[in-house]
Amino acid sequence: MKRTEILDFIKSEFHSEPFTAKELATDQDVRWCPGCGDYSILKQVQTVIPSLNIPREKIVFVSGIGCSSRFPYYLNTYGIHSIHGRAPAIATGLKTARPDLNVWIVTGDGDALSIGGNHFIHLLRRNVDVKVLLFNNEIYGLTKGQYSPTSTPGQITKSTPMGAVDHPFNPIALSLGADASFVARTMDRDPKHQQAVLMKAGEHTGTALVEIYQNCNVYNDGAFFIYTDKETKPLETIFVEHGQPLVFGENHDKGIALKDGKPMVVNMNEESFSINDLWVHDEHDAYKAFVLSRMFDDPSVENHFPRPFGVFYSHDRPTYNDQVHEQLAHAKTMYGEGDLDALIQGNQTWTVA
Amino acid sequence: MTATKELIEINDVVIRFAGDSGDGIQLIGNEFSLATSLMQNDLATFPDFPAEIRAPVGTLPGVSGFQIHFGSHEIHTPGDDCDVLVVMNAAALKKNIANLKKGGTIIANEDGFDAKNLRLAGYADDANPLESQVVEGFKLYIIPINKLIKEGLKSLGLGTKEQDRSKNMFVLGLICWMYDRSIHPIMDFIEKKFAKNPQIHDANVKALRIGYNYGDTAEIFVNRFEVKPAPMKLGTYRGITGNQAVAYGLVAASVKSGIPLFYGSYPITPASDILHELAKLKNFGAITFQAEDEIAAISSAIGASYGGSLGVTASSGPGIDLKSEAMGLAMMLELPLVIIDVQRAGPSTGMPTKTEQSDLLLAMFGRHGEAPVPVIAAQSPADCFEGIYEATRIAIEHMTPVIFLSDGYLSSSTEPWKFPLSENLREIKPKYALPKTADDQKYQPYKRDENLVREWALPGVHGFENRIGGIEKEDVTGNISYDPINHEKMVQIRAQKVANIAHHIPEQRLDSGSEKGKILVLGWGSTFGTIKTACDVIRSEGIEVSHAQLRYINPFPSNLGELLSGFEHVLIPENNSGQLAMLIRSRYMINTLSLNKIQGLPFTVSEITNKIKSILNPGK
Ligand code: SF4
Repeated sequence: MKRTEILDFIKSEFHSEPFTAKELATDQDVRWCPGCGDYSILKQVQTVIPSLNIPREKIVFVSGIGCSSRFPYYLNTYGIHSIHGRAPAIATGLKTARPDLNVWIVTGDGDALSIGGNHFIHLLRRNVDVKVLLFNNEIYGLTKGQYSPTSTPGQITKSTPMGAVDHPFNPIALSLGADASFVARTMDRDPKHQQAVLMKAGEHTGTALVEIYQNCNVYNDGAFFIYTDKETKPLETIFVEHGQPLVFGENHDKGIALKDGKPMVVNMNEESFSINDLWVHDEHDAYKAFVLSRMFDDPSVENHFPRPFGVFYSHDRPTYNDQVHEQLAHAKTMYGEGDLDALIQGNQTWTVA
Repeated sequence: MTATKELIEINDVVIRFAGDSGDGIQLIGNEFSLATSLMQNDLATFPDFPAEIRAPVGTLPGVSGFQIHFGSHEIHTPGDDCDVLVVMNAAALKKNIANLKKGGTIIANEDGFDAKNLRLAGYADDANPLESQVVEGFKLYIIPINKLIKEGLKSLGLGTKEQDRSKNMFVLGLICWMYDRSIHPIMDFIEKKFAKNPQIHDANVKALRIGYNYGDTAEIFVNRFEVKPAPMKLGTYRGITGNQAVAYGLVAASVKSGIPLFYGSYPITPASDILHELAKLKNFGAITFQAEDEIAAISSAIGASYGGSLGVTASSGPGIDLKSEAMGLAMMLELPLVIIDVQRAGPSTGMPTKTEQSDLLLAMFGRHGEAPVPVIAAQSPADCFEGIYEATRIAIEHMTPVIFLSDGYLSSSTEPWKFPLSENLREIKPKYALPKTADDQKYQPYKRDENLVREWALPGVHGFENRIGGIEKEDVTGNISYDPINHEKMVQIRAQKVANIAHHIPEQRLDSGSEKGKILVLGWGSTFGTIKTACDVIRSEGIEVSHAQLRYINPFPSNLGELLSGFEHVLIPENNSGQLAMLIRSRYMINTLSLNKIQGLPFTVSEITNKIKSILNPGK
């Protein structure tokens, strides 16, 4: 059987039936630490994928190295567990060569933003049609607890006994800066929100970056509790939704207004403000997405902004893989299907007779 | 007095064109090669690029050279020293005069020897070398090329700068006259190149003609030379460089195997021309991906191979270093992948435009853990086609990354190529996991055949869903395994798989000489032509010598040990400090003799003949 026959076969017959979350699981033991945030993400991914209506055999999960990168072993799809930081490059090659596949990248803050930082930004700017799940736990878990490029300044870790002096990345701002066409943030402890965001990412055409706050209960326990605990969540988080005003607070009485291009927290209990004064989220507005991404304060600072969750930005632009294949098709119409003998022969020959 | 000058027949000649990098030396070199090919001479060329893109005009670092050796017999090297040196300025003379044979000919552009040029070349102001003992013992032709061009192109209304640009065509015309080659193919070339700029077109054609006619009419030239066609094997030929041959070989392998080509690459000298060449071949379905770095280049190729494409990446030493980790992954995944190393003088940045064979041990061992991969070397520019085709065949049929070694010399040198018909190229048979078995049998990613080769499952086939990775895997199933015995077994299996390839490659044959004797010269890669010529020279003096050139370095051909044992001495010339020698000694436990040259330049024939003689006659 030739490759083309196999591909025709892939196109024609024998697609898997609709499948359930359960069928998406493999027989491999899941090896994360008990209580790790990764479990919730695995569950939400297993829940969302079947409803995307993509045949299971068309899906490929590509990962790098780190706790999160074990992910592909737990999904009964195609998968590659590769080397540290390189998943975006591998996925780029795979998706460009096989645009019919549905490709997901699973990565972490060290994998994507430190050793693989270069591949990460170039993936986003090219807009290769792949989905990126960036598990951000602000620590190196697999290597047992060193600080990461997203760790908080001053964070005490094994490699920073006196506190980290590095300034951290803001992954959302970084992604917008690299011109990602879809940028969102969600968290492990909010399954519903996670599912909704994953669904949108799955439906987006182009690189979809989803930052997922993930608790590493062994080396950085509670890094995001302020956004997930009942008592603090209402004031510390704001869930943005396209076309909706930016409201937060226990009683939905607080909001964000834009004044002279700058965001400000307003209290709608005060007479001077009503819901009509609030910033209405427009996920197609790149400028406002930048403003939103800068709401990234250290929660210990007074008068800080709540941390936004949801889709910051979503915009359709041509994908890298589509454009590559358009050029291939165009070249074929222009010059005809390649003729190997003509190529080898070239246009200057001589004959010894 | 047209055509009255005497035509003297000669067997071969080495001409070196040299001038400023802006003088269009490479262009006339290539065009003269073409004109020479069409005269059915055998030939070899050696472009000698300056290291800088545009070094200051008139200086020594700015000198660009192009040497061509052609003849009425077989030619395998661009020649050691030249018979004719054409120099456009003083710097070109200074840089190349040492490589001109005693009694050789200098053709110099007088206008390139004014006070300024002399100063830039480092000659004292009033010491024009053309008037000093520097040129003593040589035949000297001094021609005011700029002035002749200026006069001849007057009617075209060009500026001095544009006029001066066509002085290379004058030279080309003159040399074509001297060696009796037609200038028509060159005129065709100019026609195409300057179709959109009639003024420049006319200037070039005119300058070419003026040069040609100058030879005819100027009284300084009393004769011209004839080089009869070489007795080449019957067939149709074209000229080709190593990098072009690599690109075409990849496309050929892609077409023959039915596997689309994915070429991931990051620009680097001297490998970039492969990328340029392939980028033009999109109608063959070839995808070229200019990656953000060397690591992404190879990683993207691995991703493409996982998807069922033919993943290929290329670089030179520094980039190959960067790809090491990913090569280990490809080796572990057991996917087809071709890694091309166009070697250049290292270490570190080294001398990017200069050639060397110093990455052999890197190719063999440059990965952590035990990660053997097949290594294949090309031996001439045209041989890059067959070499890369073989590398690709092995990668696909044996599900392994393969390293293909070319080098700076092969990459840009030209030779006539008796090209094959596609129907005569060897079949390439990928080992796919076939969908029809999907229901009756679970796909086991690391189940192997008798050659220890696993099956290639294309994503998209229902029932073959599988996860593979860089972590050690259980035999057959591919599941993660830290079992000590399993690890040892897997390391051995992967090594044996590569070793087994020895059963699927041709036995080593001698290029020349008898099977047993006093001395065998064993080469690999681009030293082929020089060693071959050196052995011919030695034999013409009545001394027995044998020559074998290795294409397959890992694994070695199965008969190599036996072949080597037939000789008292095995001489290994290499453009490194003795890397093949190290491999041969450790593998076959024989004593070898080395000839090493690490100057960024290929061997000369005499270096090799001298060494052979000194071994056979140690007294002298
Ligand atoms: S180390 Fe942290 S991130 Fe890694 S599995 Fe354990 S809890 Fe999860």
